[in-house]
Amino acid sequence: MTWDWKVFLNDDGGGRTYLQWMFDAWGWTLAVAGASWVVAMVVGALFGTLRTLPNSPWLTRFANAWVELFRNIPLLVQIFIWYFVVPKIFPPMKELPSFVLVVFALGFFTSARIAEQVRAGIQALPRGQRYAGMAMGFTTVQTYRYVILPMAIRIIIPPLTSESMNLLKNSSVAFAVSIAELTMFAMQAQEETSRGIEIYLAVTALYAVSAFTVNRVMALVEKKLQIPGYVMAGASGGGH
Amino acid sequence: MSWPALQVGGTDMFGLDLSFLNWDLISKFVIKGFIFSVQLTIVATIGGIILGTILALMRLSGKKILTVPATIYVNGMRSVPLVMVILWFFLLVPASFYEMIPGGSNYRAEISAIITFVAFEAAYFSEIMRAGIQSISSGQVNAGRALGMTYAQNMRLIILPQAFRNMVPILLTQTIILFQDTSLVYAIGAYDLLKGFSTAGKIYGRPEEAYLLAAVVYFVMCFSLSFLVKRLQNKIAIIR
Repeated sequence: MTWDWKVFLNDDGGGRTYLQWMFDAWGWTLAVAGASWVVAMVVGALFGTLRTLPNSPWLTRFANAWVELFRNIPLLVQIFIWYFVVPKIFPPMKELPSFVLVVFALGFFTSARIAEQVRAGIQALPRGQRYAGMAMGFTTVQTYRYVILPMAIRIIIPPLTSESMNLLKNSSVAFAVSIAELTMFAMQAQEETSRGIEIYLAVTALYAVSAFTVNRVMALVEKKLQIPGYVMAGASGGGH
Repeated sequence: MSWPALQVGGTDMFGLDLSFLNWDLISKFVIKGFIFSVQLTIVATIGGIILGTILALMRLSGKKILTVPATIYVNGMRSVPLVMVILWFFLLVPASFYEMIPGGSNYRAEISAIITFVAFEAAYFSEIMRAGIQSISSGQVNAGRALGMTYAQNMRLIILPQAFRNMVPILLTQTIILFQDTSLVYAIGAYDLLKGFSTAGKIYGRPEEAYLLAAVVYFVMCFSLSFLVKRLQNKIAIIR
């Protein structure tokens, strides 16, 4: 077989080339992933923290149930639930564009995973940290704000990096509800042009580039947050 | 036979009507898909572990000719979304391959899905196995060598049995994730559990309820399986 990369310069029937369409689709992929990332981080950090609260059994149970619920249903099914079922139960949500529904689906799905990492990070800290906060006369909120969370966030950056990359890859599932993102583009352009290999190669490369960029950005964040000369004691289980 | 108990509050709740759920629907649409999902999970787990162990051994061999291709394969697979990998294999596996399997040309999507999942999961299983092999203390390796064992004997009789045992809970957790991921064969139209429900939903004109039921079935299965894995984990931890 021979390559035919010129296929990207063909008109897609709507006045733009396949190349332009692909970059538009890349934009949608990044938009879905970016917005979901914000939702996942905020909700995940909140629920992960709730799971470790010392004296609030009901909040802890609620947060645990949240994690189990969103972890044990496949993402594709969750997207269908947000797209078909939720608007039926809450009719006002019928007004929302499918982009928002997918962001909820992907964001909450990922939030369960983030919450799991946050909980693990907090529990990896030596118990002395919490006691030290209490001994200083801090309230629970203050202990978390000034002692526990700043430490935990640094411990969990490596797993958060891989969760962020997973989120980017998982955004491909949005094709199922016709978001015009990269995978959707790949499927449609393959059908229209019959140059599947060229199209898929380009799309795969864009995914790889995006995932690599996320990886580098998170590495930069890790370096920026690093406390000079401080070895992560909590991660290895010992120390103070 | 129908299950009136599921008609919560008369015929509908939140505008949902589950009264269409009966044995007929399950036997006609769901069981076929359920069987394929389970088959796919089992074949991909066994095939993925075998192929993954080979990849892990290649990466740990220290010989460039083995480590480089294995590393490229594993990292390549892990940086691409599963949906794209599914599309790739569906595009690339030639039609003549399906004809070699009796009745294969009627089940192209299903056969392609099985090949994809073995190849894709091998990359993830190999990372688990690699970590497992590296977790065996070097004293064990040296002890094997001191007994005059060859590399292959050392691996087969000393390292791999211990590594597998340490890795059982993680391998099972990965299998649960794999089971959830099988729903993504939606992209090529293979008939799995989710497809069974969505087909039934379309035919009965009740897509919302069908997706809700699919979510419940996936949740019950994955939740109980992860519960069992957790118990197993505790058991193994006590013995050691």
